[in-house]
Amino acid sequence: VAGGPECDVCYWLVEDTQEKEGILPERAEEAKLKAKYPSLGQKPGGSDFLMKRLQKGQKYFDSGDYNMAKAKMKNKQLPSAGPDKSLVTGDHIPTPQDLPQRKSSLVTSKLAGGQVE
Amino acid sequence: MRAGGGNDIQWCFSQVKGAVDDDVAEADIISTVEFNHSGELLATGDKGGRVVIFQQEQENKIQSHSRGEYNVYSTFQSHEPEFDYLKSLEIEEKINKIRWLPQKNAAQFLLSTNDKTIKLWKISERDKRPEGYNLKEEDGRYRDPTTVTTLRVPVFRPMDLMVEASPRRIFANAHTYHINSISINSDYETYLSADDLRINLWHLEITDRSFNIVDIKPANMEELTEVITAAEFHPNSCNTFVYSSSKGTIRLCDMRASALCDRHSKLFEEPEDPSNRSFFSEIISSISDVKFSHSGRYMMTRDYLSVKIWDLNMENRPVETYQVHEYLRSKLCSLYENDCIFDKFECCWNGSDSVVMTGSYNNFFRMFDRNTKRDITLEASRENNKPRTVLKPRKVCASGKRKKDEISVDSLDFNKKILHTAWHPKENIIAVATTNNLYIFQDKVN
Repeated sequence: VAGGPECDVCYWLVEDTQEKEGILPERAEEAKLKAKYPSLGQKPGGSDFLMKRLQKGQKYFDSGDYNMAKAKMKNKQLPSAGPDKSLVTGDHIPTPQDLPQRKSSLVTSKLAGGQVE
Repeated sequence: MRAGGGNDIQWCFSQVKGAVDDDVAEADIISTVEFNHSGELLATGDKGGRVVIFQQEQENKIQSHSRGEYNVYSTFQSHEPEFDYLKSLEIEEKINKIRWLPQKNAAQFLLSTNDKTIKLWKISERDKRPEGYNLKEEDGRYRDPTTVTTLRVPVFRPMDLMVEASPRRIFANAHTYHINSISINSDYETYLSADDLRINLWHLEITDRSFNIVDIKPANMEELTEVITAAEFHPNSCNTFVYSSSKGTIRLCDMRASALCDRHSKLFEEPEDPSNRSFFSEIISSISDVKFSHSGRYMMTRDYLSVKIWDLNMENRPVETYQVHEYLRSKLCSLYENDCIFDKFECCWNGSDSVVMTGSYNNFFRMFDRNTKRDITLEASRENNKPRTVLKPRKVCASGKRKKDEISVDSLDFNKKILHTAWHPKENIIAVATTNNLYIFQDKVN
């Protein structure tokens, strides 16, 4: 796993991107990425990518959180959904109106309908 | 099988299916393409959970310069979106894979799967219907029995061909994680389904039970280092299957060895030069597809930048490696930022295992001839859509001065990806899926 104890320290040095001769294109790219996102790869534990992949599809809140937050904010207005509707929990409390309609496609596929050449 | 390799073949445009406009509806994104065992049928699945099956027309004896065209045979809604309330999990209806069963009778059968549920579909033809019932009118209304004065025997009369698809089995609730592969065993009775961490074995007749044959879930999820990315049964040995991982390894398992195949029989892994290692190494080594050759002697894997052919008798390195788009190595930073580095390309063999094909960006696809060692880059584009016009090879200019007709790496459209391709099992006919269009190409018939 990148960034783990088995990697050499020198990977994380930000290299002068002008000195590209002899440096693998991959390493130059890595240096670019590291320069943009310094904290990348430094988290301990399992791979971030893998966890993200396993949790794909987990969109919605725990109803327990929802009810507790509602109780807490009894007298205040619920914060409405921001533009990013895919936020998972945290400060954003989705309301039933915010949830996108999950309808299946009733329309026939265009591969079956459209123009045939 | 027509002679010649990938480059001796002159590929011509044959057909394109799908909408012309650039505004692509999500549901129309093609997610899988598969020929059946005879090549007569071609199935596609999309993000909207729909399956469209095309059938090749019988060869026109008069117009012998072209093979039969593929026309719509059947289309149906295979999967619907679902919501798992217990886990707060949205289950997409996107069809991840379609696999055909070999034909045993007049009907055709295929397995289609989304992230969680596999379905066995029966596609059958109806070309006659019963007429002349005594108690029913032709429109279905019931007749008053007291008005019946004579009896007649109902007969079958011909009708316009109707193709019906019906779900015969639903294999559900066996996968906690997302299904990436299904593969039918050569015994034609069982099949496997693989998700990120587990592989299950099913019997095609039994939906309420499945056997877990691989489980790589660690006791502590924080120790998770790799996931299963693809799995396939050996084409001839019904006890053998392989699965690939996100770390670039392939494990071959023998079901005779034990009930739970957590210990592999063979481990295929190419040693990496540690001095070449970078942040991207593991990501680009992740195998997105694994396919056995028809012969069963070799298997092919696809990782982000290359296609590798492995001899099942040699575990320590592939026997052949083909670079798909090496020029992307100097673009990995931006490809990571736009998530393209996680794109899952598939690969396929031709019928004689002499040529392999895979997709790339800018609607390019690549073919590698294993015998001549030549390769070719072609483009799936409506600009080339005059039938029987030979496709012009494309070339990407990695750096330096761009020649005429070459395209520079920076001009490539990374939204135009060809992830799914399929090769007819017997003929030089290929199906190439762009985002929402299906292209069919054939070799030039003289």
